[in-house]
Amino acid sequence: MPLANFIPTADDYLRYLPEIILTVVGVVIMFLEAVGGERRKPALGWLAGAGLLAAIWGSVVALGVGGTGFQNMVIVDGFATFFRILVLVIGLLTIVSSTQYLDREKANAGEFHALLLFSIAGQCVMASANELIMVFIGLEISSIASYILAGYLRDDRRNNESALKYFLLGSFATAFLLYGVAWVYGLTGSTNLAEVRRVLMTPESAPNLVLMGTAAALMFVGFAFKVSAAPFQVWAPDVYQGAPAPVSAFMSTGPKAAAFAVFLRVFITAFGPIATRWEPFVWGSAIATMIVGNFAALTQTNIKRLLAYSSIAHAGYVLVAVTAHSEIGTAAAMFYLAAYAFMQIGAFAVVTWFSRQGEKFVNVDDLAGLGERQPMVAAMLTIFLLSLIGVPLTGGFFGKFYIFRAALDSNLVWLTVIGLLNSAVAAYYYLRLIVVMYMKEPGAATENIGPVSAGLRVAILGSALATLVLGIFPSLVLDFAGRSAALVK
Amino acid sequence: MNFFILSLIKAGIVAFVLMTTLAYLQWIERKVIAHIQLRVGPRRVGPHGLLQPLADVIKLLTKEDMIPSHVHTLFYLLAPFLAVMFALISIAVIPFGGKVNILGVETYMQLTDLNFGVLFILAMSGVGVYGVALAGWSSNNKYSLLGGLRSSAQMISYELPMALAIACPLLMVNSLSLREIVDAQGGFFLGVIPRWAVFQGPWPQLLGFLVFLIAAFAETNRVPFDLPEAENELVAGFHTEYSSMKFASFFMAEYANMVTVSCMATLLFLGGWQPLFPAEYGSKFIPTLLFAFSGAIAIYHGLNPARKWDNITLPAAGVAFLGVALIFLIPIVAEILLPLFWFAAKVGVILFLFIWIRGTLPRFRYDQLMRFAWTILFPVAMVNLLITAFLVAVTTK
Amino acid sequence: MLDAVFFYTFALMTLTGAVLTITRKSAVHSAIWLIVSLLGVAGLYLLQQAEFLFAVQIVLYIGGIMVLFLFVIMLVNLDEAAKQRQFNNQRWIALGCAVIVGAEILYVLAKGTASLSLPAPAAAPAAGGNTEQIAVSLFRDYLLPFEAASLLLLAAIVGSVIMAKRRA
Repeated sequence: MPLANFIPTADDYLRYLPEIILTVVGVVIMFLEAVGGERRKPALGWLAGAGLLAAIWGSVVALGVGGTGFQNMVIVDGFATFFRILVLVIGLLTIVSSTQYLDREKANAGEFHALLLFSIAGQCVMASANELIMVFIGLEISSIASYILAGYLRDDRRNNESALKYFLLGSFATAFLLYGVAWVYGLTGSTNLAEVRRVLMTPESAPNLVLMGTAAALMFVGFAFKVSAAPFQVWAPDVYQGAPAPVSAFMSTGPKAAAFAVFLRVFITAFGPIATRWEPFVWGSAIATMIVGNFAALTQTNIKRLLAYSSIAHAGYVLVAVTAHSEIGTAAAMFYLAAYAFMQIGAFAVVTWFSRQGEKFVNVDDLAGLGERQPMVAAMLTIFLLSLIGVPLTGGFFGKFYIFRAALDSNLVWLTVIGLLNSAVAAYYYLRLIVVMYMKEPGAATENIGPVSAGLRVAILGSALATLVLGIFPSLVLDFAGRSAALVK
Repeated sequence: MNFFILSLIKAGIVAFVLMTTLAYLQWIERKVIAHIQLRVGPRRVGPHGLLQPLADVIKLLTKEDMIPSHVHTLFYLLAPFLAVMFALISIAVIPFGGKVNILGVETYMQLTDLNFGVLFILAMSGVGVYGVALAGWSSNNKYSLLGGLRSSAQMISYELPMALAIACPLLMVNSLSLREIVDAQGGFFLGVIPRWAVFQGPWPQLLGFLVFLIAAFAETNRVPFDLPEAENELVAGFHTEYSSMKFASFFMAEYANMVTVSCMATLLFLGGWQPLFPAEYGSKFIPTLLFAFSGAIAIYHGLNPARKWDNITLPAAGVAFLGVALIFLIPIVAEILLPLFWFAAKVGVILFLFIWIRGTLPRFRYDQLMRFAWTILFPVAMVNLLITAFLVAVTTK
Repeated sequence: MLDAVFFYTFALMTLTGAVLTITRKSAVHSAIWLIVSLLGVAGLYLLQQAEFLFAVQIVLYIGGIMVLFLFVIMLVNLDEAAKQRQFNNQRWIALGCAVIVGAEILYVLAKGTASLSLPAPAAAPAAGGNTEQIAVSLFRDYLLPFEAASLLLLAAIVGSVIMAKRRA
């Protein structure tokens, strides 16, 4: 066979520009880490940031070409581009908020940034996957890099615990996903999402629906683990609590957004025709996730753990949008994930700064008097918390609003009611933090607190700004989300 | 003729030749090493010690077969079997010559032609390590265990450069069948230079051949890579606890592996049974000349005996050599024997190299061994493969 | 007929090996049974005329990965660990699950494969051989997953080096 048949077209490469840029920059960083001395270490962070910016530009270029590429392996549409840019922005915020942390803990910056870029590359692969094999590989790239990042401070026990738990449970969940993929292939003879959909739509070739439902359920287990949905959420609190704070911020947003992207794409395109089969268990999982997340968060005293449970609860809200499986639902999920990413990263950035070396101060009570000592940071944290509650004028409000509207549109009344009740419960533990910050006398933790470093300041201000902009002008993002939410043409 | 009977006959011949080769390889090795070290080597049993292998076999068979009380019996017994089995099985796919017609029966000089023969041999050599590793572990002895561990690590490390080196001729030939690989190496450039993979364009595989040879030495646990049985560190390494025929099995496996990798090197890089230079320059008279020359020397020494019995044994050998030389002059027989001669000659040269190096080089230290594999051999093999692949891709229409 | 004999032999090897892998207490025995199981799978590949997969299965899994497994097991000497009681008390739950799954499988088998409405099996490989087919699907159809997998392995290697290296 002639060689030319094996060489992809230039357009194919353009469609894959962000992933290519991220991989190359990641490898270059590792290389520079090896040859460069101590002096050049700060440059690596800048290089990683530049790589992410270039990848954002690459995503826009890729959208300009659009369509499917590499023998139908990838699809570059608005949906893919939205999630690519989202995870890239999350990566940027993670890098600026981690520089001070890495210095403080005397951790090696080179591999950290390289792994971060690889993880983001994996998430971009997921966002643009049009094939179950790509979904799996992207998920694994993202996960493996995250496992390492979670245990990056190798001599820290909590880091080790976090990485080990994440790794063992994550591998187990991935096995379920892969088993599901095998079932899908066995039942439909294809792993291509469009092809699977076509087979399911054709009455004469449609496989046994019970078996197909099982395949969907197996894949759901894999995805549910990655988005920390109940009953597969048990790992999240331990992992987010143990991991370095900037990594927790990253893990609770980036991989989660990408996992939701493939979740939506696989379940709405490939499994769209059998929606009646998977709707009940996604519905049940959504309710369980919201309840478990919110009620467990009520009693937490550790801020990282509290944010972990809150992150579980928020995954539950997005699952409500998935259950709706409509275009409005998809758009709502996209908007929500964007809004959630900013407020979560912002909150974790404050924790990163506040916890100090060795993460000494991570209890809720340690925040006492922060409003008095550092009014600016306290105000920012208040914005994030209010957004997490879903107070108007913040991104969180519109996120919840659109999700529940989409659920009502799809006649999911009970789900909406339970979701709203849960939001009310959630208000309690977020408000508790605000009360501690402003109403309590400053304690040991807030007395001698240093200034916020430049990087963290950028992260916190940027996140706060994004949260407010999304709350005041939601249409900026929602319009794009709405236009690209049509996964099935 | 019935496929079954034909295969049985061929298997019988191959097994007989291989077993004899293995036995006499040891005699040759002892002789060559002895001469390198200015000794004479075995010469008590039979003329020039020619019956020594037989004596060794009798000795090993009749020795007491010990099973130490502390071993894991099942694996202890299984290990030598595995070692021998996987060492011998590869010969089944190795072609020794092209198509022949003997008494009206057309057949290939090969037991079976797998269309993935190369991969099969790689697979078998990869599995072969279990014999050594299990022997080391089941002996329940620290020296044995160390030998087994060293062997596992060494095999894994050197298998990579070896596979990369093998891939290059495969790329140039575009086949995995050993016979097709040899067929593709037939013919000559400019009428004289053979189109063997080591000389063939687009990228002569000299480097690949070197890498393959080095890795082959390590794969067969030969000096300078005989760390698994380094006697001055590990008593006798993985076979410390073995005696009698089980001990001999490991030796047989080692020699069989040597033969296999020599055959592989010949087939992949040295053009198999293709002659060194074209027949029109008289390459078909080479075996006759060689045997006649050997016969003449033997007879000359027989006439001027240096030792007792030489005046009988050497002329006898000389006459036999001359007879063989004459056989190669019979056209019908020569047609069958010529490819076999070239194949055997090339394999023999490589086997001699094995022995020569054993007599010359000291052993590696273990860390040197690993560093050499991963930091020198592997990158070199990789670069070689990349260059080959690139050139093949560019030059293929 | 002969095919059936081979199939059941290899299938038996695979399953027996798999069961013994998880029930043996000695880690070395488990590893060896796993090798038997993998050999059975290799045989099944050969039976399907996927000779390239057969060879790769043996070279990579049996000749590569399992050797490393055994290496590590022998190196750390898990004999002591084998003597300790395993602390998972969920074996009855696991047995229950296995029985349920087994019953389901029996039920499906009893109904016959027609009821599953499985897709038609892929066409038999055309001339050119299994190896070429794999090359085409690996380097043309699935080129991108193939390359992406290398990124996956790179991340895994970097990760394991970070986890294993000495303190600076």
